[in-house]
Amino acid sequence: MTMESEGTPAADGTATEVGAVDEAEGLEKTVRGRRIRAPRISTLLGQYGLLIAWAIVVLFFTLLPGTSQTFPTAGNFATILGSQAVIVILTLGLLVPLTAGDYDLSVGFTLTLAAMLVAVLNVQHHWPIVLAILVALGAGAMVGLVNGAFILFFRIDSIIVTLGTGTFAGGLVLLISGSNTISGVSANLVDWVIVNRLFGIPLEFYYGLLLCLVMWYVFELTPLGRRLLFVGRGRNVARLSGINVNRVRLGALVTSGMVSAVAGVAYAGTTGAADPTSGTQLLLPAFAAAFLGATTIAPGRFNPVGCLVAVYFLVTGITGFQLLGAQSYVQSLFYGGALVIAVALSQIARRRQALDTGG
Amino acid sequence: MTPGKETPGGRSGPDGATISPERAPILTVRGLSKSFGGTRALVDVSLDVLPGEVHGLLGENGSGKSTLIKILAGYHAPDAGEIRIRSTPVKLPLAPGQFRRLGMDFVHQDLGLIPSLTVLENLRVGDLAGRGRLYISWKRERLMARRTFQRYGLDLDPRARVAELSAVERALLAIVRAVEGMRRSSAQAHTEQGLLFLDEPTAFLPRDQVDRLFALVRQIARSNAGVVFVSHDLDEVMAITDRVTVLRNGRRVGSVRTAQTSHGELVHLIVGRELQGVEELPREPRRERPLVCVRELCGGQLQRTSFEVHEHEVLGLTGLVGAGYEEIPYLLFGARTATAGELEVDGRSLRLDSLTPSRAIAAGIGLIPADRQRDGSVGSLSTTDNLTLPVLRNYFRRLALSWSLMRRDAHRLMSAFDVRPPDPALPYAALSGGNQQKVVLAKWLQTRPRLLLLHEPTQGVDVGARQRITRLVREAAAAGTAVVCASADHEQVAALCDRVLIFTRGRLAGELAGDEVTKERITARCLMAGQG
Ligand SMILES: Nc1ncnc2c1ncn2[C@@H]1O[C@H](COP(=O)(O)OP(=O)(O)OP(=O)(O)O)[C@@H](O)[C@H]1O
Ligand SMILES: [Mg+2]
Repeated sequence: MTMESEGTPAADGTATEVGAVDEAEGLEKTVRGRRIRAPRISTLLGQYGLLIAWAIVVLFFTLLPGTSQTFPTAGNFATILGSQAVIVILTLGLLVPLTAGDYDLSVGFTLTLAAMLVAVLNVQHHWPIVLAILVALGAGAMVGLVNGAFILFFRIDSIIVTLGTGTFAGGLVLLISGSNTISGVSANLVDWVIVNRLFGIPLEFYYGLLLCLVMWYVFELTPLGRRLLFVGRGRNVARLSGINVNRVRLGALVTSGMVSAVAGVAYAGTTGAADPTSGTQLLLPAFAAAFLGATTIAPGRFNPVGCLVAVYFLVTGITGFQLLGAQSYVQSLFYGGALVIAVALSQIARRRQALDTGG
Repeated sequence: MTPGKETPGGRSGPDGATISPERAPILTVRGLSKSFGGTRALVDVSLDVLPGEVHGLLGENGSGKSTLIKILAGYHAPDAGEIRIRSTPVKLPLAPGQFRRLGMDFVHQDLGLIPSLTVLENLRVGDLAGRGRLYISWKRERLMARRTFQRYGLDLDPRARVAELSAVERALLAIVRAVEGMRRSSAQAHTEQGLLFLDEPTAFLPRDQVDRLFALVRQIARSNAGVVFVSHDLDEVMAITDRVTVLRNGRRVGSVRTAQTSHGELVHLIVGRELQGVEELPREPRRERPLVCVRELCGGQLQRTSFEVHEHEVLGLTGLVGAGYEEIPYLLFGARTATAGELEVDGRSLRLDSLTPSRAIAAGIGLIPADRQRDGSVGSLSTTDNLTLPVLRNYFRRLALSWSLMRRDAHRLMSAFDVRPPDPALPYAALSGGNQQKVVLAKWLQTRPRLLLLHEPTQGVDVGARQRITRLVREAAAAGTAVVCASADHEQVAALCDRVLIFTRGRLAGELAGDEVTKERITARCLMAGQG
């Protein structure tokens, strides 16, 4: 069994061998090229456990006396789906470097920087909104480039580099905003993000969905997705198979920078404003969703669909508790608790499997 | 004597070997079975290891040798069976790490080292993890590690990261760790009857190191411990073992005393049929125009080496350890950067000091590295994923990868290369060692390279498969590929190559061609060159 090289994020949330995980999974599926038995309960649980948990949460708040009036309404579901697209987009961006084996802790700050650039340029300097957005996206790409340059050229650990550049971007935000919240972003943007609706759900939701589909396509159905995966799992193997490992890693970091910036633009559109601290609070949810998502749909792999499920699972729970009248601290309890418990549960399911198959 | 019945003088083991009370087996395995999904890796296997015995464990790739050893290490849980150690029954499955308290230690096939940690940390991992120490004096540990290495005649820096070691050094580290571990733990268990398991320890080792390992193994056996030794090299098995047990498809097909058997009989037991000798492929006459020219290659230990390879030719590179020949495949592929030199493939010239693997591949070069765990394929991904990686472009049709086509071709390739089981969905790591090697070979041969670079291509591969791989490589050569094969295994070089270059201390020291290419001649020339 191969060991992963140092500092490679393991999709199951532990920093140990990745091999053991998939090994058990793959063996379940086929032996000698054909299916020998229906997938076991534990496999199904591992694969769809989070979806089931989500259904249970929805059912719980629908039946609970305190929320049975407010929770199961079209308006509430529209809010749940629409309002969290920012986290969806942010998490999807994060998946790219995670798959390639690098952590990107700067995504939250990049989001804030992009949102703030849009607000400052559009509100204070009266730039056309499209131009402001382009500049924001450019800034996101820049952050990714700087990350890549330091990680690849100086061979520094990605955690350290992105923590540094993220903090730096956070400083830039305070500088350009004077530590103030800036509101009054172009109504055009707000319209296109949250006001205009399709089937009663804000457009923002569809942007997240679209991005998820695109990423699923790239990950599953293109050679690029395969290369990304191999770079993350075995750098040497990738390099000796003719993959330009550095280019792939750089591309992944620039992608996550740009997608974070897109999330930032969506954020500015959702709130019509930009505040200097919001992004930092989105970092943990994004990581929680990425790792939680890696325990479902395609367990053991960071995957876009799993990540979508994970975000909405977390948000549904939080919304339910808030409707109950719980304070905002519930959010932290839920994100933190759900992450640890869910990862632990999937580990237990796996360990049972590992005993069955001897992995 | 009735089998199985206790008689005053002794009783009989499963293999009919008489076991006297004073030589009661250290290890008794009875009826051990293990399946993975639908694969029956072990079926009702029994085995005895006596004190002072070197016991060979033989069988084709995937016959269950490593599985048996991993059960004893507590890594796999068996489905059925019982195990006694020094006549005391052991509860199954063994807890992880329990083997240490029982006086056993292991060199696993994949060595079981953690590449990101240092030599010292790897050496002491079992010991450090185990006991409730308050603190670790690293300085003292380093000193002790240095002394330990000295005792084994090794020059290893305890602070070096294992990832930076050569394959040979890593194997030696794993061996030293296991021998030390066994000695320590059997001392703690107050017995001299320890057990050492060596799962293909010689696959990475050059000839002279193998000799030293054997001396060590004999010394251990003399101290009354038992050694279980796995190897596909029957000459080694004949040289070192007292008895052998042969597995076929997970079943024990027999145990024999080494002194009472022969090479041919062992092959027959392992394969289950007579193996016809390798058919002599016609050695192609040299063409006028060489297909590959290497000029003034410098890098690593190599100094200004030049040679040519012709179309249809298999060129062997060999020498003693440290001769530098084993770096040539990596330098010609850009996996390691040369300091100078030029490579011409099929009229196309490449500068070796700026060569990268992707450029090499574009020029029609393929490399099969010796370290399949690190460089060959990714264990956690499926064989389909691994096999199709270099040829993904062919499967990208109508804007999407065709997974059905990829799986079909992977299955076809696995069947053609006799990978068992030929299941394209299996994770690469679930294949046995020899089958992993066949997958790596298939991965590159499917690209039909102009120049194929091999480093120890049949390492860890069983007798039957070795012939098959030799034939596959020769067929590739017959189809027009120029092949360069670096190997310390002279028998293999003789079986595979048309011409052999012999290296000493980074320089070309001799050449054998035609009828001169025999195992004996190669070994003799290596030794001669080494002294000269
Ligand atoms: N973790 C696993 N999951 C599924 N199948 C496995 C696993 N480990 C081993 N096997 C299967 O069990 C069989 C025995 O494998 P094992 O590794 O014991 O063979 P081996 O005799 O050591 O072969 P080799 O000489 O190639 O090392 C093979 O068919 C292999 O594919
Ligand atoms: Mg093995």
